[in-house]
Amino acid sequence: MGTVKRVTTPLTEEAIAALQAGDSVLLSGVIYTARDKAHKLLTETLAAGKELPVDLRNQLIYYVGPAPAKPGQPIGSCGPTTSSRMDSYAPMLIRQAGLKGMLGKGPRSQEVIAAMKENKAVYLAAIGGTGVAISHAVKKAEVIAYEELGTCAIRRLEVEDLPCIVAIDCEGNNLYEQGIAQYRRD
Amino acid sequence: MKTISVQEITAVTRKLCMDVNYDLPGDVERALQDGLKREESSFGQYCLEQILQNCQMAREHQQAMCQDTGIAVVYLEVGQDVHIVGGSLTEAIHEGVRQGYEDGYLRKSVVAEPLFGRDNTGDNTPAVIHTEIVPGEQLRIMVVPKGAGSENMGAVKMLKPADGLEGAKKFILDTVRQAGGNPCPPIIVGVGVGGTMEKAPMLAKKALTREIGSKNTNGLYAKLEEELLADINKMGIGPQGLGGRVTALAVHIEYYPTHIAMLPVAVNINCHAARHKEIVL
Repeated sequence: MGTVKRVTTPLTEEAIAALQAGDSVLLSGVIYTARDKAHKLLTETLAAGKELPVDLRNQLIYYVGPAPAKPGQPIGSCGPTTSSRMDSYAPMLIRQAGLKGMLGKGPRSQEVIAAMKENKAVYLAAIGGTGVAISHAVKKAEVIAYEELGTCAIRRLEVEDLPCIVAIDCEGNNLYEQGIAQYRRD
Repeated sequence: MKTISVQEITAVTRKLCMDVNYDLPGDVERALQDGLKREESSFGQYCLEQILQNCQMAREHQQAMCQDTGIAVVYLEVGQDVHIVGGSLTEAIHEGVRQGYEDGYLRKSVVAEPLFGRDNTGDNTPAVIHTEIVPGEQLRIMVVPKGAGSENMGAVKMLKPADGLEGAKKFILDTVRQAGGNPCPPIIVGVGVGGTMEKAPMLAKKALTREIGSKNTNGLYAKLEEELLADINKMGIGPQGLGGRVTALAVHIEYYPTHIAMLPVAVNINCHAARHKEIVL
């Protein structure tokens, strides 16, 4: 595994350039949650030339639909969901809304990677199915848009040392391809 | 003749829904620990360590191990000498799911209709219920929450008998390879062969609930399970798809007689959070 790097949002050009596929990251700061339905609404808003409910410039979207919080917790279990379901929306958010980071799980499409390289964005992966551990890194959570979507609403999370891995860096180096190629025997 | 009330059925279903999401079955946990010993990739080892730690935390905090607490699949084996009183068996199950997901702080992930509105039902109902009538005077209830990450990677294909064993193997391996890192590996691969177009996926899903490491009682199928597991673990997908040796923890195959002109094959993939819990009344 690569070196452990601490990253704080909003994401600067320098911070993104310093991240290489394979680095371990402890992520802190404000991040925004969104999954399929919120992405559909965000891209429709952009296409209509209207203002987004959240300024995504230099921000990071976490693909997650959290479980309900128990009393006293800011959030319930909140591990990453499958990122590829957002592949058809992500390039537009990167190109037109200034999105610089994504956090989810699993591989991305060539279209997403192309948009990331053009605009120097980064894709981080958290470990799917570790929702309890990740929920402990979330210090505060509030719904800021599309409340009617329930778990799929856009939330503003304040996170501290959320553990993740640089899966695809802004040069397009792709840990999913490199890692599998290294261990393939068939 | 045994009498069971719907109130009791609702109460145990409620409890099963909560427990199944907090407490990973011991056989799955042991398989993950064994996987950690075999894994050579440092990313893979890291993922497995985190997964095992999360599983402990879920038990300790009585919190869902994964935020995707699934659509509740419920298997019922109803003894033919059981008399259910006080209302509808189906409604009793739905009510148990409703209460369990609400009281257990579990995510509600069910939409009422798939194509047009996709509005959330708000209480994770309805469950998907599979009922079988069996001899005896017992009622067995098994709750299997199934998340989308792995369920979306399954497939069914009506092969030709001429495709045979090689065709079936190719379809199974292609399905797993294409799923890659999406279904949260290390995975469990459930395979159903034979029957009809709806029977094969039913077998594949049920195969996921077999104890990990158990073999099909037919030696030919047991050998095929071993071969496929070895082939899958040569793919290099590894934990979370980041590369490694431990892509699958087990391959479970179930078969059923089929038509002279059919060869249905279904693959149902489970993530490492292979949750299932049952109770016998």
